[in-house]
Amino acid sequence: MIYHSAKDILQHCQETNLPLHQLSLDAECQLTGKSSEEIRLYLSDVLTAMFEAIELGLNTAHTEIKGKIIGDDGIKLARREAPICGETIAKAASYALSTMKVNAGMGRIVASPTAGSCGVLPAVLKTLSEQRALSEDQLIDGLLVANVIGSLVARNATISGAEGGCQAEVGTASAMAAGAAVYLAGGTADQVFHAGAMAFKNLLGLVCDPIAGLVESPCAKRNAMGATNALLCAEMSLAGIESIVPFDEVVEAMRRVGQAMPVALRETALGGLAATPTAIQITTDLFKTSSTF
Amino acid sequence: MKSYTLFDIIGPIMIGPSSSHTAGACRIGYTLHHIIKAPLKSVVFTLYGSFAKTYVGHGTDLALLGGILGFKPDDKRIVSAKEIASDSGLSFDFKPSAEETRHPNTVKINAVTKAGQSWEAIGESIGGGKMQLIQINGIDIQFTGAYNTLITHHKDTPGMLAQITAVISKHAINIANMKLYRESRGLKAIGIIEMDEDIPESAIEQLAIIDGVSYVTLIERIYE
Repeated sequence: MIYHSAKDILQHCQETNLPLHQLSLDAECQLTGKSSEEIRLYLSDVLTAMFEAIELGLNTAHTEIKGKIIGDDGIKLARREAPICGETIAKAASYALSTMKVNAGMGRIVASPTAGSCGVLPAVLKTLSEQRALSEDQLIDGLLVANVIGSLVARNATISGAEGGCQAEVGTASAMAAGAAVYLAGGTADQVFHAGAMAFKNLLGLVCDPIAGLVESPCAKRNAMGATNALLCAEMSLAGIESIVPFDEVVEAMRRVGQAMPVALRETALGGLAATPTAIQITTDLFKTSSTF
Repeated sequence: MKSYTLFDIIGPIMIGPSSSHTAGACRIGYTLHHIIKAPLKSVVFTLYGSFAKTYVGHGTDLALLGGILGFKPDDKRIVSAKEIASDSGLSFDFKPSAEETRHPNTVKINAVTKAGQSWEAIGESIGGGKMQLIQINGIDIQFTGAYNTLITHHKDTPGMLAQITAVISKHAINIANMKLYRESRGLKAIGIIEMDEDIPESAIEQLAIIDGVSYVTLIERIYE
C-alpha cells in the first residue's frame, strides 16, 4: 500500500473526490505494475474461489472434506429454522464455519488476509450479496475496500498470528469485512474506517492458541465471530456511531498488544486453549500413530 | 518496512489449511520443479523446525510433493499428490529432522531425475505463502520467485557477466535485481537475474551458447 495511514487516505479521498475502491485500485496498479482490468479479473477469481468454498462446505454430499477436529458446524447452523440471532447473522456465521471446514479439509480457499482467517470476508460478502442482490462488480469494489484496511494493518502492525495473535488474523479479517460491508451498504469512506476501528477494538487482545497446532479449533468459531462482529460494527457505523479512538491508533494499539503477548499465546500451541487437558488429549490421540523424534 | 500488495492481503488463492505450512511449502516444491525441468525418479524431503513437528497435520507433505509434481498452491490435485506421484513412478520419502535451522519452516529436497541427475535444494517458507530457496546444489542463493528469473551456471571468469547482460539488454529487458554467487574464485558461479519483462526463448538460446555458460534456465514469476 502506497498510503501510510487511514488519515492520509481520507485526506486524499476528500481532496480528489476519489471513491475509496478506486483509490485502492489505483494504488495497487502503481504498486504492482498491473492494469486495473488484470486486478479486477484476479478479484473476480477470488470471489469465485470464496463462494465455491462456502458452497462446498455446505454441500452434504461432500463428506470427504472435513477437518481432523472440527465437524459440519456450518451445515448444522444452516439447518436451524427461525434462528434466535436472525437470518443474516446465522447465515454469515454458517458461511464462515463452512469455509473454515473446507480450509481444514485441504480444499481451496482464499487467504484473506490469512488461511486461519479465511472464513470472515467471504461470509460477510456472500451474506450481503444475497441480502442486497449485489453485482460482481460491486463485490469487487468491496474487496478493494477491504484491501485498504488489510494493507494498512499489514504495513503498520502485523497480520500474522505468530507475531500478533488471533487479533492480527481474525481481527484484521473482521475489520476488513466491516469496512467492505459499510461500503457495500452505501457508507462513506469515513464510516468504513470507523467500522474497521470498532471491529478491531472488539477483538483486541485475542490470543492465538490452536489445538494441536491445527488451523481448526478455536479458529473456525472465531471466524464465525469475526464475521458477525463485522456486521455489527458495520451496522453501528452506518447508524452514525463513531469509534472513539481513530483507526490508525487502534492499529497501533493492536501492534503493541501483540508485542506484549507471550510467545505461548502466539500460534505455538503452548498456551491458552491449546494447553487445556482436553486439547492435550486431542493432540495425543491425533498424533499417536505418527513418528516422533 | 514490509512490502505487501493486494495479492498478499486478499490471497493467495490456495489449498488449505495454512499459508506457510501448505501454500509456502507447495511453492518451494513448485519452484524446484521448474528449475529441474525433468521428470523425477525419486525425491526425499528432510523437514526441519515447525515443518518437522506439524507436517502431517498441515498437509505439508502433500503440498511439497504436489509442488514438485508441478502443482501450484491452488491446485486441487495437491490432496492426491501421493497417489499421483506413485502412479507416475516417483518414489518419495519424508524425514523429520531435529537439527536446528535458521528459519523454523525449512525443508531440504534431494531429488534424482529419471536420467540419473541429482539435485539438492533448501527452501524456507517465510510466511503468507511466500518462500525462498536459500541453497541449490550446495551453493548459497536467495531466490523468491517474485520476478521472471534467469538462473545461469557459468565459469567465474572476467567478462562473463558482461556477456550475459549484453544478451539481456539486446532484448530490451530491464533487470530488476541481480545476484551472483560462486563456490570459490575461478570455479563455478551461479547468476540469479530478476527481470520485469518476459524473456523470449531466443534470448535463452543465445545465453546457453556463450562459452563458459554450462546451464541456463528461466523460472517464470510465481507470485501474482
